[in-house]
Amino acid sequence: MSVFGRVWSGKPRRDGRDAKRRDTGRAPARPRARSQFNLRGRLMLVCGTLALCSAALLARAFDLQVVDKAFYQQQGAARFLREIPIATSRGMITDRNGEPLAVSSPVESIWGNPKELLKAPQRLPQLADALGMERDELQRRLSQRADKEFVYLKRRINPDEAKRILALEIPGVASQREYRRFYPQGEAMAHVLGFTNIDDRGQEGLELAFDDWLRGTPGAKRVIRDRRGRIVENVDLVRAAQPGRDLAISIDRRIQFLAHRELRNALAETGASSGSAVVLDVATGEVLAMVNLPTFNPNAVGSGPRDAYRNRAVTDLLEPGSTMKPLTVAAGLELGVISADSLFNTNPGWIRNGRYRTNDTHNYGVLDTTGVIRKSSNVGAAMIARRLTNTQFHEFLSRFGYGKSTGSGFPGEAAGAFPPPDRWDGTSKQTMSYGYALSVTPLQIASAYAALGNGGALHQPSFVKGQHGKSRQVLDPKIAGDVLHMMQTVTETGGTATQAAILGYHVAGKTGTSRKASAGGYSRRYIGYFAGLVPVVKPRFAMVVAVNDPTKGSYYGGIVAGPVFRNVMEGALRLMDVPPDDIDTWLAAQAAAEAKRLKGNGLAPATATANATSDAAVTATADPVVSAVVPAAGAVR
Amino acid sequence: MSRAILLGMLVLGIVASALLVVRDRHQHRQEFIALTKLEKARDELNIEFGRLQLEQATWAESHRVDQVARTRLGMVFPRTEDIVVLRR
Repeated sequence: MSVFGRVWSGKPRRDGRDAKRRDTGRAPARPRARSQFNLRGRLMLVCGTLALCSAALLARAFDLQVVDKAFYQQQGAARFLREIPIATSRGMITDRNGEPLAVSSPVESIWGNPKELLKAPQRLPQLADALGMERDELQRRLSQRADKEFVYLKRRINPDEAKRILALEIPGVASQREYRRFYPQGEAMAHVLGFTNIDDRGQEGLELAFDDWLRGTPGAKRVIRDRRGRIVENVDLVRAAQPGRDLAISIDRRIQFLAHRELRNALAETGASSGSAVVLDVATGEVLAMVNLPTFNPNAVGSGPRDAYRNRAVTDLLEPGSTMKPLTVAAGLELGVISADSLFNTNPGWIRNGRYRTNDTHNYGVLDTTGVIRKSSNVGAAMIARRLTNTQFHEFLSRFGYGKSTGSGFPGEAAGAFPPPDRWDGTSKQTMSYGYALSVTPLQIASAYAALGNGGALHQPSFVKGQHGKSRQVLDPKIAGDVLHMMQTVTETGGTATQAAILGYHVAGKTGTSRKASAGGYSRRYIGYFAGLVPVVKPRFAMVVAVNDPTKGSYYGGIVAGPVFRNVMEGALRLMDVPPDDIDTWLAAQAAAEAKRLKGNGLAPATATANATSDAAVTATADPVVSAVVPAAGAVR
Repeated sequence: MSRAILLGMLVLGIVASALLVVRDRHQHRQEFIALTKLEKARDELNIEFGRLQLEQATWAESHRVDQVARTRLGMVFPRTEDIVVLRR
């Protein structure tokens, strides 16, 4: 600059006259005097300057393109390259027949950018109305987060509703897809399945146990986005999305429903406070049904008492009461201290146990081994246990899984309370022989009974279809069979649970009525049990029913829990096409019914037989539970 | 002479390849858009399928079927005397 300055400043001095003449007025143009300055020097100067400029530009270009390349590329990328997540859904849980039990369905979450929303406050009332929110509330929420760029306005709503809100085109409002878990079976299956939290992570039950399996890993891709958030170009895939895997669990939806319905009826009838029922597949140890009451609605978690969320069948410790006796008898048989024909004189209906007495409800006099189970004699069981040592008895029961977690993998599963013999006092063994002084879960009882029905082979209970390990032989098959036949007398005339008998099938079972322990002793509150196996010839199902604290009418296990067992098993045997193993009784009952009907109608026997055959055709086709019902489309959402 | 031809060919080659790049780039964009559309359609169908499954499961809920069978269709569970055992 100074170079030009000097040239210009010199000019007026040399042309002093010109300036004077301009003042005087118009003068004819006179050719300018030939320039007297150094042209060559000036040219050089201009060229040099231009060269310097280009050099500066080149240097700057070099600086930008080479030296700081990484920095600027990163800055550029930060402005339009985005890594966006690829959402995946959680796997479905189905029952053993593929019926969906837990399905993830997409929902939309509406979110807003407070900075942008607060710029246009006149639209807020409209937004609040669309969201169904108080206007002040919305205003307050936004002002509190005025310096943030993200706030959820409404989470997990129906996609149609979200579309309606977005259609208002309020600047700063957008939606985001999330997945929500739906449980079509509702409360009947609630405890087994558990539930997930708002971020779709398992919180309870099998949702928690198999969270890693069910949960997908969201993928990520890098894209170029324009200012309005539209994707212009896919740059590359960072991680492919890994959708969650489906899980087929061992539960049979139909048996589960039956168990839930029957248990609920039983609780209503007996005024009991809670109850559990477990059905195991004897051959594999798979859990076919597991219900607890009270229950909760898994589609609206958070409502109802906290107490209802517990899966009592695996977490609650109960004294097993008389359901223990078949195991006591099996222990005696295995160790050879009794035989099937041993006689026990239970006179006078009680026996000493240290400072206490072991009582029977009646004096049963002399009983054989079968009689001890049929009549559920505490004294008889005590007499068997007296012939065993503490260690023998403890070792035998441990083999059946008492005192250890069953290993089913259910979260929060309890191991039971079964102290080792060195912590027993003088009365423990005898008390345990009829199911007190130790605590087990209903699942443990079911598992031990399933072992009796499975020829003495104990399976680890499993909640996954088709996934079961090797069984462990815990009892001689011959002894298991003998005990099973003794247990069959329980549901026959003269037993304690004729209510549990099923027409056409032999049922092996055992009732239990255990008084609940309370501070300083046992209260006048009870748990009624029925644990059984059906059919006796090659058992298919093991079921345990526990009814806690019945308040109306009888509290005996056979009466409160027996009918639940019968109704559920009757349905399960039919559903699973288990052939009857006791057709003779069935035929006899049918003949009796036929005779009654003949008497009522006064028909000749010949026409009656014809009637009977056509009836058979009708009953064979009309199956009330399986009948198809076609709903009108689109009613449930 | 031959150098001029070579130069001309190279220039032509550069122009041609530049045009090819432009074309491929355009094609890639078009196909990417198509892919995104199809992926979206696939997701929508999956979602619809899940929703239908859910709906079907809700309709087929055992308790509901039980109620409909009993009340609307007037079905009853066969009593013992209604069942006839046939021996073959």
